[in-house]
Amino acid sequence: MLDINKIRADFPILSRKVNGQPLVYFDNAATSQKPQQVIDKIVEYYTQYNANIHRGVHALSQEATDLYEASREKCRAFFNIPTSRQCLFTSGNTHSINAVASGAHVFVNQGDEVIVSAVEHHSNIVPWQMLCERVGAHLKVIPVLDNGQLDMNAYQNLLNARTAFVVVNHISNALGVTNPVKEIIAGAHKHQAKVLIDGAQSCGHMKVDVQDLDADFYTMAGHKMCGPTGIGLLYGKEDALLALPPYQGGGEMIDQVTFEHTTYAGLPHKFEAGTPNIAGGIALGAAVDYLNEIGMEHIAAYENELLVYGTEKIKNIPGAVIYGDVKDKAAVISFNVENLHPYDIGTIVDKLGIAVRTGHHCAQPIMDRYQIAGTVRASFAFYNTKEEIDVMVQALQRAVNMLS
Amino acid sequence: MNSIKEIQEEIIDEFAMFDDWMQRYEYMIDLGKSLPKIEEQHKNDDHIIKGCQSKVWVHADLQDDKVIFTADSDAIITKGIIAILIRAWSQQKPQDIIDADTSFIDEIGLKEHLSPTRANGLVSMIKQLKMYALAYQTQQN
Repeated sequence: MLDINKIRADFPILSRKVNGQPLVYFDNAATSQKPQQVIDKIVEYYTQYNANIHRGVHALSQEATDLYEASREKCRAFFNIPTSRQCLFTSGNTHSINAVASGAHVFVNQGDEVIVSAVEHHSNIVPWQMLCERVGAHLKVIPVLDNGQLDMNAYQNLLNARTAFVVVNHISNALGVTNPVKEIIAGAHKHQAKVLIDGAQSCGHMKVDVQDLDADFYTMAGHKMCGPTGIGLLYGKEDALLALPPYQGGGEMIDQVTFEHTTYAGLPHKFEAGTPNIAGGIALGAAVDYLNEIGMEHIAAYENELLVYGTEKIKNIPGAVIYGDVKDKAAVISFNVENLHPYDIGTIVDKLGIAVRTGHHCAQPIMDRYQIAGTVRASFAFYNTKEEIDVMVQALQRAVNMLS
Repeated sequence: MNSIKEIQEEIIDEFAMFDDWMQRYEYMIDLGKSLPKIEEQHKNDDHIIKGCQSKVWVHADLQDDKVIFTADSDAIITKGIIAILIRAWSQQKPQDIIDADTSFIDEIGLKEHLSPTRANGLVSMIKQLKMYALAYQTQQN
């Protein structure tokens, strides 16, 4: 059992008011809130350790480097990444995806096929479209069933000798449905295709073991797992990372530089050009410590309790339709109320202090699939409560009464 | 016909009668119901205002030197917002629409809709209405 009151006390923002009402924060799929421990770590870094890392021989630079590398080690262990060389710091999930897609021409040739799913975030569609345009490859799409799950039969049929890369999210941001990534990865590997799993929605909500999944690349967003914005992670299998050309050139990522030729540094530095987000990297380590202390299994179990409770309550609202209402999913409820625009609902509940997301959630293709303009999305985290869900449902009722 | 300024003052007075946001929003929703509706044939991509989470269509016509606006939206609150704008700015001279002050939006307690983070596109609506006026003004000269 989680001590929710104790946990909530760690998140200073949860005690503020919005529009005169106590904040109910249900936009965790967009970004999570930060515990005091993470906020303190950022302040501590700039107060006591600020120096550029991996360069100076002076004490401060070494202390900062040690903290940054210690944080990398924490992140490595958290996702069961085999070595810290394979745990790369990036500026975020989108950067992680682009770092792979921009060099993926070493894996994808002209005439090859790249498979994406119909439930991807734009950030996991556009970089691959750009890759396909660049190398003359074809983008194929795994269709989605009415219940929000991927059509796995169709996926198996899409796989062939020309399949070079498969990219799928672990959990869909628009619907919250968990995709059968293990099966997807195994299928792709039968055809020697590489696989990138977008873990933006999974990294802070479930135990992720990149070795067990056997993904070639896995991406994470620090700010969605209680860390600061502007920091993310990219995991890659060693041979895949060695084959992948660097994304950006600059300091830190080199071995030898002459005007004739430059040789690159080894992993992970090959992909970490320039001064990184040092404070963010160190604070992400504090976020990992915080999540570990509570335990990802406990977090996942409690969030599922909130999901089951919230789903039941929303279903009781007359005219409510939930998209992606399946058992295997994260604590995300994407819904509409018959004849009402999600924007109208979002605006009214915001006035009542409730933060939900409305719109297409940067996933227009799946909205087109359902022929809707968007949805209202309530996404929970382990610091939310059933009482807050009750407050949201009351607010939804009020919105429905006002709008119909 | 009253001037834009007079109508805007009138709208401010009406909204001042309400004590809380809920009454203001309910009134705005009511105003949306009396919005001069755009003809179905004009509800197409040529008349859609971009930058909104909801769809907004606006049509403009010049009659006797005055711009006549009609509009519609698929969201009720957005319909209310465009109805308020059109009530003040429709059937006015192009130059007066170009010069119209938008601070009355603030004064009726809808300031948050002017923020760029609001995806309702009130800023885009204002811009589009003024663009129509500017186009007619240019034509007349």
